[in-house]
Amino acid sequence: MMASSDPSSPSAPTPDAHFLDPGRHQEVFPRPGLALLVGTRKGAWILRPDESRGTWATEGPVFLGNIVHHFVLDPRDRRTLLIAARAGHLGPTVFQSRDGGRSWREATRPPAFPKAGPGERERSVDQVFFLAPGHDSEPDVWWAGSAPEGLFRSEDAGLSWESVAGWNEHPNYALWTENPDEQGTPDGSPLHSIQIDPRDARHMFLATSGGGVFESTDQGADWRPLNQGVEANFLPDPYPEIGQDTHCLQLHPAAPHILYQQSHCGIYRLDQPAERWVRIGDQMPRDVGDIGFPIGLHPRDPDTAWVFPMDGTDVWPRTSPGGRPAVYRTRDGGKSWERQDAGLPPEQAWLTVKRQCMAVDGQDPVGVYFGTTNGDVWASRDEGGSWRCIAPHLPHVFSVETADFAA
Amino acid sequence: MKVGIPQPLRGYTKEELVEAEGATVDELLLDLDRRFPGIRFRMIDEQGRLRPHVRVFVNRERIEQLSAALAPDDDVQILQALSGG
Repeated sequence: MMASSDPSSPSAPTPDAHFLDPGRHQEVFPRPGLALLVGTRKGAWILRPDESRGTWATEGPVFLGNIVHHFVLDPRDRRTLLIAARAGHLGPTVFQSRDGGRSWREATRPPAFPKAGPGERERSVDQVFFLAPGHDSEPDVWWAGSAPEGLFRSEDAGLSWESVAGWNEHPNYALWTENPDEQGTPDGSPLHSIQIDPRDARHMFLATSGGGVFESTDQGADWRPLNQGVEANFLPDPYPEIGQDTHCLQLHPAAPHILYQQSHCGIYRLDQPAERWVRIGDQMPRDVGDIGFPIGLHPRDPDTAWVFPMDGTDVWPRTSPGGRPAVYRTRDGGKSWERQDAGLPPEQAWLTVKRQCMAVDGQDPVGVYFGTTNGDVWASRDEGGSWRCIAPHLPHVFSVETADFAA
Repeated sequence: MKVGIPQPLRGYTKEELVEAEGATVDELLLDLDRRFPGIRFRMIDEQGRLRPHVRVFVNRERIEQLSAALAPDDDVQILQALSGG
């Protein structure tokens, strides 16, 4: 793998990846159909349902003990899996499977910043945080976001990664990102929520916790802030051009001119070509508020979305308001919200759901899923109407994604 | 020379003691990476810095500079501290 002393150098050779023993684990037996991919602080798991999605079996762990921030199936071939991982105090990497999880290889060239020049900030990837399959027209292209805020691209399904100069070397990079020497976002400020317009591979979005949302129309060669109307109440100017704390950004797959975001300061929607976000969380109950981390979108209805509100008052407990967890759903684009808590604990349940821990499937009715920091995964097979815990006692959940494996 | 590998990195080497060569610690780690692809980046970041919890001892003395010279019969141990839960 990194046979050069400069792993970011384009000339560094990338020998064949070696096959890995994915640690102490239960063997994964690839099966077609729906599954949940769960990344945790201590490894990855796959949950598979029966036909009714009423009962779920837990498979794994894979890479037990590794910190897994994201675990994603390629929807284009429905067989390739990538895991963003690091082992405790060792460096970050990416694991790849081409056969639905039966065998694994490690990236030959993991995401890495360029070697710093004299006087430049010496950036190193602390964690690969977000993985995004590329546009349908570009098989095997993937994008990755890291903490600190780095953007990387692979053209070989995640085995070798190149630094994306259009972001990582952008003249405004220092202005748009947190200084890693300052104590900002816990665990470092991640670049996340990489979204690609299904109509145009060159049209992309990303989000950061220290800069907000950014848009590119040239496949990442250049970027511009896209934050008008989004509050940043922790800054002197509460509506700045940049500096917002976007927790989760989602592009609607069936109406890709529509973006939703769950921000540090509320829930927003943008219908492009409009430039100004609308705070749709204002319609949430006042005693619940519109603070949270994830947002999930209905795969077919652009006006239906789910959020998991958390307490953003006082010192930001980031737990279910009042210890009474609930998902909230809108079916009219944010004009109104309904509480969905059937089956969830009625009281003394202080759940936290991180930004990559809510997912929806493509079935009818839509299944909605979330994972908590106390290691439970919850599922609804009726669009949020009722909930059941389908995997208790996993480690702290960092990501939940749905997958539809090929036959 | 023989190089001691810490448990978290034995997924690469499969063994506790492996052979590698180099006139400096940096060269030794590059040779290790040729033999066990990927192992170096888990210890050294892209700016050439040892990761915070990785330690290299030569003849039981901690080495902080990767440019430190090595002799063919040196005893090299790579250790990885653990913290947190």
